[in-house]
Amino acid sequence: MRFQLTDDQRALRDAVRGVVGRSSSAGVWGLVAQFPAPLKGAPRLDRGFWRGLGELGVFSLRLAEVDGGAGLGLPEAVLVFEELGWALVPGPLVATHLAAGVVPGAATGETVVAAADGSLVEWLDEADVVLPGAEGAVALRSVDPLTPLHRVPAPARTDPVAVLLTAAEQLGTAARVCGLAVQHARTREQFGQPIGAFQAVKHLCAQSLVRVEVARAAVYAAAVTGDVVDIAAARLLADEAAVRGALDCLQVHGGMGFTWESEVHLHLKRAWVRARRGGGNTESEELLAADLLARAA
Amino acid sequence: MDLSYTAEEDEFRARLREWLGKVLPTLPVKPSPDDWPGRRAYDCGWQRMLYDAGYGHVHWDASPTTRLIFLEETEKAGAPYVGANFVGLLHAGPTLAAEGTAEQRERWLPPVLRGDEVWCQGFSEPDAGSDLAALRTRAWRDGDDYVVSGSKIWTSHAEVADWCELLVRTDADAPKHRGISWLAMPMSAAGITVRPLRTLAGSAEFAEVFLDEVRVPVGNRVGDENDGWRVTMVTLSFERGTAFVGEVVACRRVLGELAVEARRNGRWDDPVLRRQLGRLNAEFRALWRLTQWNVSEAEASGGVPGVGGSVFKLRYSHARQELYDVAADVLGPDSLDLERAWVLDRLSSLSYTIAAGTSQIQQNIVAERILGLPKGR
Repeated sequence: MRFQLTDDQRALRDAVRGVVGRSSSAGVWGLVAQFPAPLKGAPRLDRGFWRGLGELGVFSLRLAEVDGGAGLGLPEAVLVFEELGWALVPGPLVATHLAAGVVPGAATGETVVAAADGSLVEWLDEADVVLPGAEGAVALRSVDPLTPLHRVPAPARTDPVAVLLTAAEQLGTAARVCGLAVQHARTREQFGQPIGAFQAVKHLCAQSLVRVEVARAAVYAAAVTGDVVDIAAARLLADEAAVRGALDCLQVHGGMGFTWESEVHLHLKRAWVRARRGGGNTESEELLAADLLARAA
Repeated sequence: MDLSYTAEEDEFRARLREWLGKVLPTLPVKPSPDDWPGRRAYDCGWQRMLYDAGYGHVHWDASPTTRLIFLEETEKAGAPYVGANFVGLLHAGPTLAAEGTAEQRERWLPPVLRGDEVWCQGFSEPDAGSDLAALRTRAWRDGDDYVVSGSKIWTSHAEVADWCELLVRTDADAPKHRGISWLAMPMSAAGITVRPLRTLAGSAEFAEVFLDEVRVPVGNRVGDENDGWRVTMVTLSFERGTAFVGEVVACRRVLGELAVEARRNGRWDDPVLRRQLGRLNAEFRALWRLTQWNVSEAEASGGVPGVGGSVFKLRYSHARQELYDVAADVLGPDSLDLERAWVLDRLSSLSYTIAAGTSQIQQNIVAERILGLPKGR
């Protein structure tokens, strides 16, 4: 048992990190800058950036090499989606990734694929292809300015891999908001010292990290086993880490956190959107409850 | 990332499982929690069986993964807990192995492994609590001895222990972390009074220990004089490392039993309760994965477990309390009956967010040592 990243996995993660801007100050803001008036109308997807993700292998990485992919597995996909989540990358990432090899052009990022997941479809108007279809879709005024949403009358079934990749994105968000909270707590001074010296603030940050570490272990393990129960567990912990982490990050930022200029709200809103995918938490909790009886039998 | 085991590890697991299947039915009946001599004999007897079968060293010599397998299999098979040998095997022993002289290791380690000698921990003091370094028990030199006076509290197994890993203040004028020494004190020495303390769970789990001019040979000091805080940090890193592996396995078993009980008594039809059980399933699966991650990390770095243990302890101690709260919901009115399974466990789970550093202290450790936040109020 060597439940640690391999050198290749580290290299892959670092490569994606470099491209999506995790290590650069542009980062999230570079992407957000593409949507200058987020409250006015639906955002557009930057096709050039989408093709860039395709060139990076975000969509094709699990395809066999003969089919133009990298022949990698779920653990590698999870590392990539964690980085995408960290950088708040917008777009129907999971749907397009799952369509690679099925819908022509999806693997390279030429085709944008959206999918109905539960009762919602993300990025319907920008998509070239919608799976499995979106009959009777009604537009919502999406809480997340970077994720346009439609509601469909007939809930669609969710692929466990989609749930896992969503959990990986949530993990990225959780790590990002923990880092933002710590950074602010270290530098923001009040009463003559950094606010991170106060236990009340310190403990918010510590709990945020604890949630990240627990979620990370669950998400990575689920990627290794591919087991549906492991995936359900991973999604619950990753949702909690992302949503609670974003809320605590907002709290640590105080009044600044409540403004549109602070990026905290964007992470929180994205985490809320992702938490509704795959039937939401209820479905995962029921699956895990049933597993307890199945194992006892 | 790999969760599979090597052929050698699989073989170790199979051999251990087979041995456990053979010897566990031969064990005597477990003594009651208040019968300390009985508990000592039972726990030491089990340690002796492990030693004779070649598993006595497993906490020290084996690779972290082998230890993980050992703890997982013994818990699954319902083997005795490390019990009265806890401090000797998991704290004092590893500390002596890392910091003791050759002579000290030869004197103290074999009896621990054979289950011949029991150790207790004299760290905490009545007025110090989680501020461990605020200890006031004093020791001064008189010829070849230290003369020790003061008192210790929360000392598990003090009534039946042969040795005590004792922290004493050897320089009252030094800054509080610098004037401490780590001594091995024989519990048979004159001047020691042990007063058992009853816990809120009703049993006498630990004791208060009064020290009145107790003589401890200078040769029993581990590490340099006044360097005891560093030695203590070595001890505590063992304490916070892999100590909970077996317990996570046990919690997962309890969770399965709770689901079965809930279905039997009709509470399973309550979706709120059912979903709580599902969420706890996720929680303990994740804690198991985090354990595997930490063990793999320890194996890769080849050293003493790091502060990652604090992350685990914080989450685990709360999850354990949640587990028994949900157990109370499954039991309903029977959750008030001490005769029922899980009720005493619920009471004892309350110590987990306090013992070995409260959750608040652990959060400071995580915030300051991992996240790099400034020390302060």
